[in-house]
Amino acid sequence: MKWLKSRKGQEMIIIIAFSVIPLFLLMLFTYLPFAKMVQFSFYKMKYLTPPDKRVFVGWKNYIDVFTREDCFKALKLSFYYCVGALFQLALALFLATILSFKVKGGNIFKGMMFFPYLISGIAIGFIFKFFYTRGFVLDSILGLFGINVEKLPFWLKDQKVNNWSLVATSVWRYFGQNMVLFIGAIMSVDNELYEAAALDGANKFKQFIHIILPGIKTIVTLNVILSITGSLSAFEPPFVITGGSNGTGTYFVIMNEIAHVTQKVGLASAMAVVLLVIIFIFTILQKMFFKYVFREAEATDESYEASKLKKKKKMI
Amino acid sequence: MNKLKKVEKILFNFGKYFSLVFFSLFAVVPVVSCIFTAFKTAEEYQSTSVITPPKNWLNFDNFIRAYKTADMGRAFMNSIIVMFFVLVVSVILGTQLAYILNRFEFMGNKIIRNLFLFASLLPSIAMQVTVYKIMSTLGLVNHLYGYIIMMCGTDVISIYIFIQFMENISVSMDESAIIDGASYWSVYWKIILPLLKPAVVTSCILKGVSVYNEYYAANLYLMDKSIRTISTSLYTFVGPMGSQYNLICAGVLISLFPSFVVFILCQKQIYSGITSGAVKG
Repeated sequence: MKWLKSRKGQEMIIIIAFSVIPLFLLMLFTYLPFAKMVQFSFYKMKYLTPPDKRVFVGWKNYIDVFTREDCFKALKLSFYYCVGALFQLALALFLATILSFKVKGGNIFKGMMFFPYLISGIAIGFIFKFFYTRGFVLDSILGLFGINVEKLPFWLKDQKVNNWSLVATSVWRYFGQNMVLFIGAIMSVDNELYEAAALDGANKFKQFIHIILPGIKTIVTLNVILSITGSLSAFEPPFVITGGSNGTGTYFVIMNEIAHVTQKVGLASAMAVVLLVIIFIFTILQKMFFKYVFREAEATDESYEASKLKKKKKMI
Repeated sequence: MNKLKKVEKILFNFGKYFSLVFFSLFAVVPVVSCIFTAFKTAEEYQSTSVITPPKNWLNFDNFIRAYKTADMGRAFMNSIIVMFFVLVVSVILGTQLAYILNRFEFMGNKIIRNLFLFASLLPSIAMQVTVYKIMSTLGLVNHLYGYIIMMCGTDVISIYIFIQFMENISVSMDESAIIDGASYWSVYWKIILPLLKPAVVTSCILKGVSVYNEYYAANLYLMDKSIRTISTSLYTFVGPMGSQYNLICAGVLISLFPSFVVFILCQKQIYSGITSGAVKG
């Protein structure tokens, strides 16, 4: 009883009181489903199958993931999204660099390019269905430049272009957000460096290569790696725009269908586990990459953190 | 030499503004064409090109019709209820967890941090395969409160925002309060939480926008028409109404109007939230 009133005891109580609910929710909605997922992946079952009616099938679901036409082929589509994501990062970096120099109306440009990030996925689906429909927005705009509309492909049906059309919507949605991220990183590079460089007569390109890029390389690398794992789990554009028809179904679209439409819960779980394993491998590679490649970059990281702290202090 | 420099500067400036204008157009054209179309009458929509502005900018018929067909008044109400509870609960849970993780050294500290970090690696769409099973076992499917409980869990990004901010609040303040006889609870409630206000605002805006826009889980767990949120209410337009784009565009614009207002009012917090949330994530 006495111990509970001591400082140590009080500390114990507050730690338990403040962590029990968040941890409970985390267990209930993340780790329990995760464990269930691994378990279900070895069974043939539907959502409503009672536990005693489930059929244990061993590794069959996993074998299916790799041999079924629809599952593994879908994973190849992530290539499109990966290319799109890398383009998006390059574009974001380019625009962020421009905006970090003196620009008239910079804030308005920034705002216009950022706003798509705040639109819901389903609204984006409608906007782009409308945008790509034959004879509608995109076709009319290209028509203004004298391009014959009849010769244009059906953006969402033609299998030669439809995946690129969807990737473009994803670039449209996220490039502004990436840009804001990079602007934040560029701003944290010491201002004096630019002034010194300008005095030395370095042009903008040289400033970019020698000052900006080294200053933000950690965050750029991180985003490149994140975009690879992100493209493996590409889901929203095909889900809301085409519903996965005409060869646009990415891995998660197929998985969603298998889980919630045909209710092959075991197979869907196996698909999810396979993808999680791939993502973990990438994450571990990323950790190793940072450990060995950026060993000498610790110093710049520190100054970045330090300058952030300074800014925060000012805010208070 | 001087002349060359001047030419270079002009070219550079031209390139700069050209790229900015081009990509800003790239960003706004899809939305602007939606705005044009939303103000058009049915005949006008049939007869004019989608990129010509409407004749009458005050034709709100489509908006009224979309609002009624998709029952958006009700959907707004539901979205507000969901956002209110999710934000209040997740701010309280998030700041409390950040408080103990930042202020106390204890055995599980590192473990808790890693548990949350690891959880952020799991793609939520994949998790829904089995979360759905758990939700239905607990009887939480098709109830607004079930959806709210699922969304309440705090996430690693807001914890990081809070922890980062708390690192700048001096520990000596806590200590002097403790010496004066305050409990840890009152330190959290009377000192930490008020000082965390800017971080709370940032995380509320970011989380608020993402909750408002969330539609995958909402679609999965809120099937009844009466409990649809704003984003899922747009599903009304899938199907028979699928080609009446003047109506659909109006619905889309109604749904994104609140985000637009928040964006105009809180640009700074949104940008800073994105930057600070991403540094460690």
